[in-house]
Amino acid sequence: MSGTFLGMPSLPVFGTGNLHEHEPFPKAAHRELGNTQLRANLGHATGTIRDKRLAVVSELPDWEGLREAGRAIKESVMARLPDLLEKFEANFTARGGKIHWARDAGEANAIVASLIREQGADEVVKVKSMATQEIGLNEYLEDQGIAAFETDLAELIVQLDHDKPSHILVPAIHKNRTQVRDIFLREMEGVDPDLTNEPARLAAAARAHLRRKFLSAKVAVSGANFALADSGTLAVVESEGNGRMCLTLPETLITVMGVEKLLPSWEDLEVFMQLLPRSSTGERMNPYTSLWTGVTPDDGPQNVHLVLLDNGRSAALADEMGRSALHCIRCSACMNVCPVYERTGGHAYGSTYPGPIGAILSPLLTGITAEENNSLPYASSLCGACYDACPVKINIPDILVHLRGEDVDSKRGKKKLPSQMDLGMKAASWALSSGRNLGLVEKALPLGRLAAGPDRKITKLPGIAAGWTQSRDIPAPPGQSFRQWWDKEHRAPAGPAESTAPVEGPEGES
Amino acid sequence: MSARDEILGRIRSALRDTPSVPEVPRDYRRSSELGEEELIELLTDRLLDYKANVVVEQASAVPRRLAALLEGTGRYAVPHGLDQSLFAEADGFDGGSSRRVTDAPGHRLSVEELDAVDAVVTGSAVAVAETGTIILDAGPDQGRRVISLVPDRHICIVRAGDITAILPEALRRLDAARPQTWISGPSATSDIELERVEGVHGPRTLDVVIVRG
Repeated sequence: MSGTFLGMPSLPVFGTGNLHEHEPFPKAAHRELGNTQLRANLGHATGTIRDKRLAVVSELPDWEGLREAGRAIKESVMARLPDLLEKFEANFTARGGKIHWARDAGEANAIVASLIREQGADEVVKVKSMATQEIGLNEYLEDQGIAAFETDLAELIVQLDHDKPSHILVPAIHKNRTQVRDIFLREMEGVDPDLTNEPARLAAAARAHLRRKFLSAKVAVSGANFALADSGTLAVVESEGNGRMCLTLPETLITVMGVEKLLPSWEDLEVFMQLLPRSSTGERMNPYTSLWTGVTPDDGPQNVHLVLLDNGRSAALADEMGRSALHCIRCSACMNVCPVYERTGGHAYGSTYPGPIGAILSPLLTGITAEENNSLPYASSLCGACYDACPVKINIPDILVHLRGEDVDSKRGKKKLPSQMDLGMKAASWALSSGRNLGLVEKALPLGRLAAGPDRKITKLPGIAAGWTQSRDIPAPPGQSFRQWWDKEHRAPAGPAESTAPVEGPEGES
Repeated sequence: MSARDEILGRIRSALRDTPSVPEVPRDYRRSSELGEEELIELLTDRLLDYKANVVVEQASAVPRRLAALLEGTGRYAVPHGLDQSLFAEADGFDGGSSRRVTDAPGHRLSVEELDAVDAVVTGSAVAVAETGTIILDAGPDQGRRVISLVPDRHICIVRAGDITAILPEALRRLDAARPQTWISGPSATSDIELERVEGVHGPRTLDVVIVRG
């Protein structure tokens, strides 16, 4: 098939679901910053992962080569996405799997619910998955009378506490051991009342809590880390074994995956299975990885479904500058190095995807003009640490700047009164456009001295400049400008010839 | 229009600038030259780091080693394709009465039966020394994915000849279409204050028997 698009170009269709800020980032961040427990837990956690990651990454002599290969593979996937999706579909289907396509969150949720009902089930076990978090599957199923049990320890903690995840890898990173124990004692049925806050004891409590569920569940729901187009294989990367339980025990497995997760071939997995574990948990390899291709007779689920999700990914792909945000393999290395994330935590970003990648991915999926998602590209100091840490070299700072530009452009289109900043910029533009104009402005300098008063300090400026003087004073301007001083010093006992050469502009000075 | 056609149409439309398909640089390490002893040493080091137990044995000593590992254990499961003579000495411990239950195509162990055994013994397809990873591909000596999951203890036999140094070498020996389980140490979580705890939902103990020769 032709790689050239021949049809009518369509407008991008944006994503829905848990992708929005609930309030502008600056406001949410301001509140979260007041939570000292959160900052202590986060500071400890991100610091620990950063050190571990650095140690295992520096072990590999070819780390930069792997990153470069990872970037190129993902770029080629995006360029060939329609062909690869069709290839994957053909291979997965040929091995007995069923593919469903979902335009948005609502459609994906409805497909999953109807597949569960077909099995006559009213509960499912779940592997931690960003895609199902993004579409709000648990909440939807609950409304439909279907109970979804999260089986990853951190997701379980968050679910039991009726809280939201705050990190894409360690969703309960914002809670410490004592908080976890209190949640278990309060919410877990039949838990030992003498439970201590030792992580090993807490993990054992979760094991006991979920064991029966695993052994009796009829239907499981998962996400997928990778899908291989040339074999139709899906992969789930995990640590606890809860993933393996869900992926092999129930008769029916429903996987929800974004269309961008494809890799062309088996050999590409060798790159990503080196990049992902080291970047995410700082381990040489995660404890468990499961791979399956459609249905394997006599081994694992015999009804195998995959819901392929667009939900704004095609819109993100249409943004030539931003499309590389879809290269993300959800390792979370960017959030662990981000000075902004480390202080605000994940909840401040509102969306399922927090941190630096969330600050670009969420607005790309929803559109930058979406109500309240336009503050996310500003949730960054642009320090570039995220770009350095990203295993597939997504240039997050560049995309942040690009999206800020989009945001400004989209606002410019709207009719509104010029702001003080607009007026100020216009005035500055006039003043700096020629030496003569600047000279005129300088004539007004003595006015500034009047404003300063006898202590020669300006302590309060009006309008948007007030922010500057909130915490500092401005010294009074000098009584004369440099030009005035120059004129005075060099003016003429020698006569008028020298004094009549006012400088015209920067290019005139030599 | 079907969701499928609409999504593929949207994606084609999004790519109307026809981005170029870059050449993928494969200049990362794809092969290595470690000898068998070095491979065994590296794999052992990495497995110990994950809190697995590791022993290295000559082939002739494996039945004795398995017997020792299984001493004091109640019932244990094995896949039908694993050489049953490996258990000659283990069976001898309790006067010949076998504690061994076999998962075979005509006689599948139920999940309840697997939950009730104390251990499982399997073979393996390939191992990666650098990452401490053992890969099972559901071959006859490894069995269905579930048998190495439900029991609390997994005893895994790795032939020295199946150890590769790095991941790309291992993947070249595998078939993508076979169901696979990659195992790097026992089940573990770091979800509470990032303190690693072994054993959550999968086997809490992983014993690896590396077989020379």
